Amino acid sequence: MAEETITLEVTRYRPREDREPRAQAFTVPYRKDWVVLDALNHIKDRVDGTLTYRWSCRMGVCGSCGMMVNGVPKLTCAAFLRDYLPGPIRVEPLAYFPVIRDLVVDIEDFMGKLRRVMPWIIRRTEQPLTAGEYRQTPAQLEAYKQFSMCINCMLCYAACPVYGLSPLFIGPAAIALGYRYNLDSRDEGYHLRQPILAEAVGVWQCTFVGECSAVCPKGVDPAAAIQRSKVAGAKDWFLSILLPRGGRS
Amino acid sequence: MLQHDVLVIGGGGAGLRAAIAAAEESDRLSIGVLSKVYPMRSHTVSAEGGTAAVMRENDHLDFHAKDTIFGGDFLSDQDAVEVFVREAPAEVIQLEHWGCPWSRDPDGRVSVRPFGGMTVNRTLYAADKTGFHMLHALFQTSLKYEKIVRYDEWFATSLLVEDGKVCGVAALNLHDGQVSPVTAKAVIICTGGGGRVYPFTTNAAIKTGDGMALAYRAGVPLKDMEFVQYHPTGLPGTGILITEASRSEGGHLKNKDGYRYLQDYGLGPPTDKPVHRKMELGPRDILSRCHIQEYQKGRTFDGPYGHYVHLDLRHLGEKVIDKQLPFVRELTRNYVGIDPVHEPIPVRPVVHYMMGGISTDLDGATVLPGLYAAGETACVSINGANRLGSNSLTELLVFGARAGRAAARDALGRPPIRSNPLAQLAADERRRLNERFLRADGRERIAEIREEMQKAMEKGLGIYRDRATMQETCKTLRHLRERFAHVGLMDRDAVFNTELIAALELESLLHVAETIAHSALAREESRGAHTRTDFPKRDDTRFLKHSLATHTPDGPRIDYSPVTITRWPPEERKY
Ligand code: SF4
Ligand code: FES
Repeated sequence: MAEETITLEVTRYRPREDREPRAQAFTVPYRKDWVVLDALNHIKDRVDGTLTYRWSCRMGVCGSCGMMVNGVPKLTCAAFLRDYLPGPIRVEPLAYFPVIRDLVVDIEDFMGKLRRVMPWIIRRTEQPLTAGEYRQTPAQLEAYKQFSMCINCMLCYAACPVYGLSPLFIGPAAIALGYRYNLDSRDEGYHLRQPILAEAVGVWQCTFVGECSAVCPKGVDPAAAIQRSKVAGAKDWFLSILLPRGGRS
Repeated sequence: MLQHDVLVIGGGGAGLRAAIAAAEESDRLSIGVLSKVYPMRSHTVSAEGGTAAVMRENDHLDFHAKDTIFGGDFLSDQDAVEVFVREAPAEVIQLEHWGCPWSRDPDGRVSVRPFGGMTVNRTLYAADKTGFHMLHALFQTSLKYEKIVRYDEWFATSLLVEDGKVCGVAALNLHDGQVSPVTAKAVIICTGGGGRVYPFTTNAAIKTGDGMALAYRAGVPLKDMEFVQYHPTGLPGTGILITEASRSEGGHLKNKDGYRYLQDYGLGPPTDKPVHRKMELGPRDILSRCHIQEYQKGRTFDGPYGHYVHLDLRHLGEKVIDKQLPFVRELTRNYVGIDPVHEPIPVRPVVHYMMGGISTDLDGATVLPGLYAAGETACVSINGANRLGSNSLTELLVFGARAGRAAARDALGRPPIRSNPLAQLAADERRRLNERFLRADGRERIAEIREEMQKAMEKGLGIYRDRATMQETCKTLRHLRERFAHVGLMDRDAVFNTELIAALELESLLHVAETIAHSALAREESRGAHTRTDFPKRDDTRFLKHSLATHTPDGPRIDYSPVTITRWPPEERKY
């Protein structure tokens, strides 16, 4: 019996040399336990060593391997070939990011934005280590836990129409991370962080449709973070702590 | 020229901890962190189960020390272990202060769970994504220090050594393909292990032993490389890790008859609730050997990726699984299409961790002045012949911080680096890469050499070893090295040349593989993870000592150094 195969149409692009990106078709063996990343590795190892993409953990936790798969932002290590039968499968670099080469995009913009939301614990006074841990109840942990699950995979940016139009928008993951620290019972930096978040949300017209949350592979729900960061003011902040989950109106 | 006082190679847990420690040591220091991936992609992110430290009144530093030394089959340096257990509690609290979302008890204290080989509950955790949360907490905290300058997606290709001192590295910037010198008065290697020398491993693709090879090529010995840990519960095929925490929460290992086979190997009696160091909470080396023996008795399952057994979590119930092991559920659903709430998980032993590494002292210093190492890439040695689960995350904190502080003090005392000779050295390195890879017309393919190396390692340096098979593997590795000299790249581009990176990684892997094979061949005893069918007993008379593999043109030379014993004289290791 002939080996079953499936075709990938992969974007190739060297910005310095090529006038525009082009799609190259590769036919690879079809295995029902293969993910798109396995197919790319097959191509790189056996067919074309110049194919360029990032990956590492192959288990959905390092955040390296985000690409557009049939037009939708996906972790390619968690996108099974069997869900795209009979193919072909279109594999493109994440939307809205500048391309460095083929499927590798430039995320420096996000790295800068991450720093702007001050994603670290801010305290007026540090308790010495000898005094032990800051107490935090399971409920206080639960209040921010969801927003601490972000793997910085950038899928939400590639799905965000606002980021597509206005690259200055701080964007879903950075807002969610800033918000995560605002919700942390150990943190006292709300007054520093919140104006940045509120302004970031206020200036740009996020429609709260929630494309970001829909594509997030880790259930972070950045749309909820954006929604709740919109209004500066302690009252809303307390409300959000009382209603830690969902609650998108 | 790019100049720093302290340069950290690798941006995982150890590297970031070292960088922050150096930054806090003095305001006058400039610190670089150079990594082949963005820090949050580092393999620390995949660690699941937890981080060990003495946290409760029922525990004691000596208990943690004894468990670690016993687990390491008495090859650990006991002075290092004493430092380790003493500094561990403050380090995990420091991480708590930096925002790590440790799981909590109702009274708000950080929770602790049991773990394999430990006598007391002392493993802190953040559900089953401990490494992920630690790494992101460290990375996000590091952003607060403006003097930490990052070189993301730069690959260090060689150490620059002048007058017998390390003065920085030559590094390739993936984004433009340029090779530049990055100088520093002290360099700390924190690049993790090299599990990718084997075909089945829990390790991420980036775990290629680059830092070990960097040091080794510069003449620094690699210590105890024969000790490679198999984790008893990886997913067949992908090798994805199913955390030991699934057993500390009460999961059972069963053979194809549904029988909890560990009771046949002196680990019983089986109980419903987990008991410290018994049954499924035995140490990893022993559990992995039990699996192979079950297989030899024909009592394992047979699947497309070889033999496997079942890890059964069903009796824990959906609530416990979702609260304590949500990632296990996510992984098994995604990658094997089963829900552990309703079905047992197929598992087999897979390569997980290297006890050996760059030989260092208690401050991470190597024999080469100015060079430090910490984390999996280093060997202090606290892990001896077998690491206990949840000690590695603690190790990268304790010894990352120590190396960072020591390197900072070292740098403060050193005169400025003379840059002229270094520019020359970097130019030589640029030429080497060009001639060796980018302009060479070799016909050998990277993937083929890599796969043959992995096969040879699995065959000769697996869970059970013997002289003849190891000798064969040593020969194969030599031959592969010759073939590697004729490797040819299809990719000649400067920008983001991942094929060039793969070639450099393969170069590292081949070095690491050879040190493992030769160190193992020379150790004629069984100890911890190193089990020889031709020498089945531990032999303290001949081998209560560390192996040291030093690079020579003809392959590694193996020497030995003594083990430091302080308060725990060697005894038989029985659980
Ligand atoms: S919020 Fe979700 S989609 Fe966005 S970067 Fe984080 S994990 Fe990825
Ligand atoms: S390779 Fe790490 S998330 Fe896909």
